[in-house]
Amino acid sequence: MNKTELLELLENDARLTPEEIAPMLGAGVEEVRRAIKELEENKTILKYITLVNWEKAGEEKVSALIEVRLTPQRDVGFDGLARRICRFPEVRSVRLMSGAYDLAVFVEGRSLREVSNFVATKLATIEGVVSTTTHFVLKTYKQDGVIIEDGEEDRRLMVTP
Amino acid sequence: MTSTWHERLNPLVRNLPPSGIRRFFDLVAETKGVISLGVGEPDFVTPWHIREACIYSLEKGYTMYTSNSGLLELRQAIARHLAETYGLFYDPKKEILVTVGVSQGLDLAVRALVGPGDEVLVPEPSYVSYAPVVTLAGGRVVPLPTTVEEEFRLSPQQVEAAITPRTKVLILSYPNNPTGAVMDRRRLLEICEVVKAHDLLVISDEIYDKLTYEGEHTCVASLPGMKERTVLLNGFSKSYAMTGWRIGFACSNAEFIAAMTRIHQYTMLCAPITAQMAALEALRNGHAAMERMVREYNRRRLLVVQAFRDMGLACFEPKGAFYAFPEIRATGLSSEAFAEALLYEEKVAVVPGNAFGASGEGFVRCSYAASTDDLIEALRRIARMVRRRGVRPRVISAFLSPARSAAG
Repeated sequence: MNKTELLELLENDARLTPEEIAPMLGAGVEEVRRAIKELEENKTILKYITLVNWEKAGEEKVSALIEVRLTPQRDVGFDGLARRICRFPEVRSVRLMSGAYDLAVFVEGRSLREVSNFVATKLATIEGVVSTTTHFVLKTYKQDGVIIEDGEEDRRLMVTP
Repeated sequence: MTSTWHERLNPLVRNLPPSGIRRFFDLVAETKGVISLGVGEPDFVTPWHIREACIYSLEKGYTMYTSNSGLLELRQAIARHLAETYGLFYDPKKEILVTVGVSQGLDLAVRALVGPGDEVLVPEPSYVSYAPVVTLAGGRVVPLPTTVEEEFRLSPQQVEAAITPRTKVLILSYPNNPTGAVMDRRRLLEICEVVKAHDLLVISDEIYDKLTYEGEHTCVASLPGMKERTVLLNGFSKSYAMTGWRIGFACSNAEFIAAMTRIHQYTMLCAPITAQMAALEALRNGHAAMERMVREYNRRRLLVVQAFRDMGLACFEPKGAFYAFPEIRATGLSSEAFAEALLYEEKVAVVPGNAFGASGEGFVRCSYAASTDDLIEALRRIARMVRRRGVRPRVISAFLSPARSAAG
């Protein structure tokens, strides 16, 4: 069985069951079940999540991209500080970047004040953080490969030759 | 005394039966909440880079006629593509014509070849247009029924037996709509021997060539001695999810393409430039997107075939296109009765097999160009309906029986 295809299927729809996946990959149900378990155990599959449109759910959320410049540390380079920043639950993602700054940090909070407070009091004050530049998100158009308001429904005729 | 419109009609048109799909379409349109597996086109929307290239062409003002034959750049890209894929070399200046879908290519080829009384061999079940187009040209359709035992492939003996002194053309369409059958190279070679021995011509509709899931597609024109007696028809609709753009192409002998072009220049002038620009982009940069779609179809194909077999229906393994063609005789219903019962009882639309010719009776066409979610739900409903008709499931398939839980 092709593991890449299995992962692609699950990445696109985590609800697919081994019974549904098995025929698609020309594999047995047990084989698929074992493969998924193995991928979960070795942390290839990290988590099954749901992509939520929070705006639609009526929840106010504020998120910001923070450009962080760091002083790399002896032995660990950027990793030590990056891991430390990861620990904050307010931080949704942390990526090391090439270019004008080092870390792209996505932070989420319930209000502008909460996010700015976090940046000012927690993030910017970490030793080794040289500077932060905060960009608040105004609107999300596409996330994780999904266009938020797509408007592209199935417009085909119901029966065609 | 004045004649009615009906009386005034050209007798060829007056006697042309409406498509079997039409009647069923009306039934489906009246029903709410239907999951349709009756659609003969991709569920994907045209890849964005193609749409974007088309928008750009409009911004740049490409809104004029093209030459009758189509944009030379597009014909050159088609020639390159055929050379790379099949080792087939057509002169883009003389041997390729850009048409408004394969439908128009078919019409032009038939009109340019077939006169009153000429016989055209048409395999069945097959796409609904072949026979009417031949009839409209004044030709006589000789259906060649294929069977599930023969995996819906023509046999050379069958072709040979149907040939008369008036036989002029053999139509081939593999991968096939509605059966999903493909033609293996060996049998195709045998058929071509018959074609050559009787000096026939072939019109080969290969619109589904890219959607071949097992083995490699053999292009009829690439076989020894066949390029000179084949009109190759293909297009962008299925492989690049571009049905609504209506762009196809015909490749053949220069003299014959010139004849087709003569009809085309008076009746169509040229294919729309906007769609031709999009087709050009599809050939230049569409390969990756196409491969993604083919992979996706293949997974659904395997799922659907297994589901039908699990629920107790015999289902021939389709190796091309995006249709499964399960046999529904075990339910005791005719194709039409089955399709209607399924629509009324479970709100799933499939197309009765006999819409594609008499030999399609006992089968229904299920398109798997539908989202996996819809497919699974539709299969579950079909399983329920089939079971009520007393068909014993082959296995109690885990995904066909229980309702799919939201949490998975």
